[in-house]
Amino acid sequence: MTAARNNAAKLVTALRKGDKRAAAKLISMIEDDEPEAREVLRRIYRHTGKAHIIGLTGPPGAGKSTLISRMIKEFRGRGRKVGVVAVDPTSPFTGGAILGDRVRMADASLDPNVFIRSMATRGHPGGLALATFDAVHVLEAFGSEVVMVETVGAGQSEVEIAKRAHTTVVVEMAASGDAVQILKAGILEIGDVYVVNKADLEGAAGMVSNLEQVIPERTKGWRPPVLRSVASEGTGVKEIADALESHWRHLRKSGELAAREHARAETELRGALAEAALESLVSQRASERRLRAAIKRIVARTVDVRTAADELLRKPRG
Amino acid sequence: MPKTIRVLVAKPGLDGHDRGAKVIARALRDAGMEVIYTGLRQSPDDIVAAAIEEDVDAIGLSCLSGAHMTLFPRVVRLLRKKGASDIVVAGGGIIPPEDVPKLKKAGLRGVFGPGTSLAEIVGFFEKAAGRSR
Repeated sequence: MTAARNNAAKLVTALRKGDKRAAAKLISMIEDDEPEAREVLRRIYRHTGKAHIIGLTGPPGAGKSTLISRMIKEFRGRGRKVGVVAVDPTSPFTGGAILGDRVRMADASLDPNVFIRSMATRGHPGGLALATFDAVHVLEAFGSEVVMVETVGAGQSEVEIAKRAHTTVVVEMAASGDAVQILKAGILEIGDVYVVNKADLEGAAGMVSNLEQVIPERTKGWRPPVLRSVASEGTGVKEIADALESHWRHLRKSGELAAREHARAETELRGALAEAALESLVSQRASERRLRAAIKRIVARTVDVRTAADELLRKPRG
Repeated sequence: MPKTIRVLVAKPGLDGHDRGAKVIARALRDAGMEVIYTGLRQSPDDIVAAAIEEDVDAIGLSCLSGAHMTLFPRVVRLLRKKGASDIVVAGGGIIPPEDVPKLKKAGLRGVFGPGTSLAEIVGFFEKAAGRSR
């Protein structure tokens, strides 16, 4: 354990000096939930909390990766150090994944002030991986001033990103649905900035006006703008970066940032508590043998799932 | 649970044929690996930078243009220079048999010519990552 601790300490020191290999190794440790992971997170936490964390979500093929590759250049042009975490789905059948977001971000990896990491969901629902925001913490400690998180190609309800990022960008494309699609709840409620990409295609103007009619004011004093872009050509990218920076300023000035940080800390603490409590309770009460027995009874229809769970938790270890 | 194997599949050089690389990527995915696919026309520098950021166990290179004797060893040398020589490099494509020993001498751990079975390639990466299951 001390060897592990030394290893974690060494890597965190290298990370703070801007060593990419260290950043990459640390993210893997957390992703694989290695024994050092907790020590790593403990050490880097005080170096986090300064970066602007931007989430980008939207349906597959809307142009999220291409837009991010343009945003990387735009933010670099503004002198910012940039981090990206791009999430793609894990196969529920084989556990494998194709992580292909880098194809569109290929020309950025040689810049020492850009760090891109692909990540598979590994079974986590909601459009993100369990380790996504821990990886964001690593990139913050690496010195990134802007961290962009790309969710998996999202449907209608992958909204976790909005609870974790400071600014959420919903990327839609021209002609991706009529007015009723847009009225539905979920992903179209979570944006702080909306982008209609592929705006050179037919239907872009309709999409923009439909969105403008339905999007809510998510925070007081901030009306989410609906912007157009043609990411493949770089059109509209500057305006998007301006909108993101303006939202970041709004969050800080209005006190909304502090409120969101509190809400986020509470959600995370409660989540961690629930997980730890559940683990210790289950290991105290439900031995493997009792679990197996209960599963058999559930399959045999002699007890339903909820009753079996209640029984397991109520009775002392048997 | 064993650690998930991560492999970067990349096409160095200028040929525009990535069907083979995609078939390999898919086979590795179906074997439960996470495959980072970086697409066409990558320089050895791009490939090594991506491999380091992604912390992969291995790199699979595909080249059909005949430039493999230049590009493949360059990837190996760059990895060494960056202190990442623990990342295993393998290559495939239209590779004449007489080049195979030279490439192995240059540090490629696996060289796969036309007609290699997918099972052989999957087996190579499982073993190369040191976590054959």
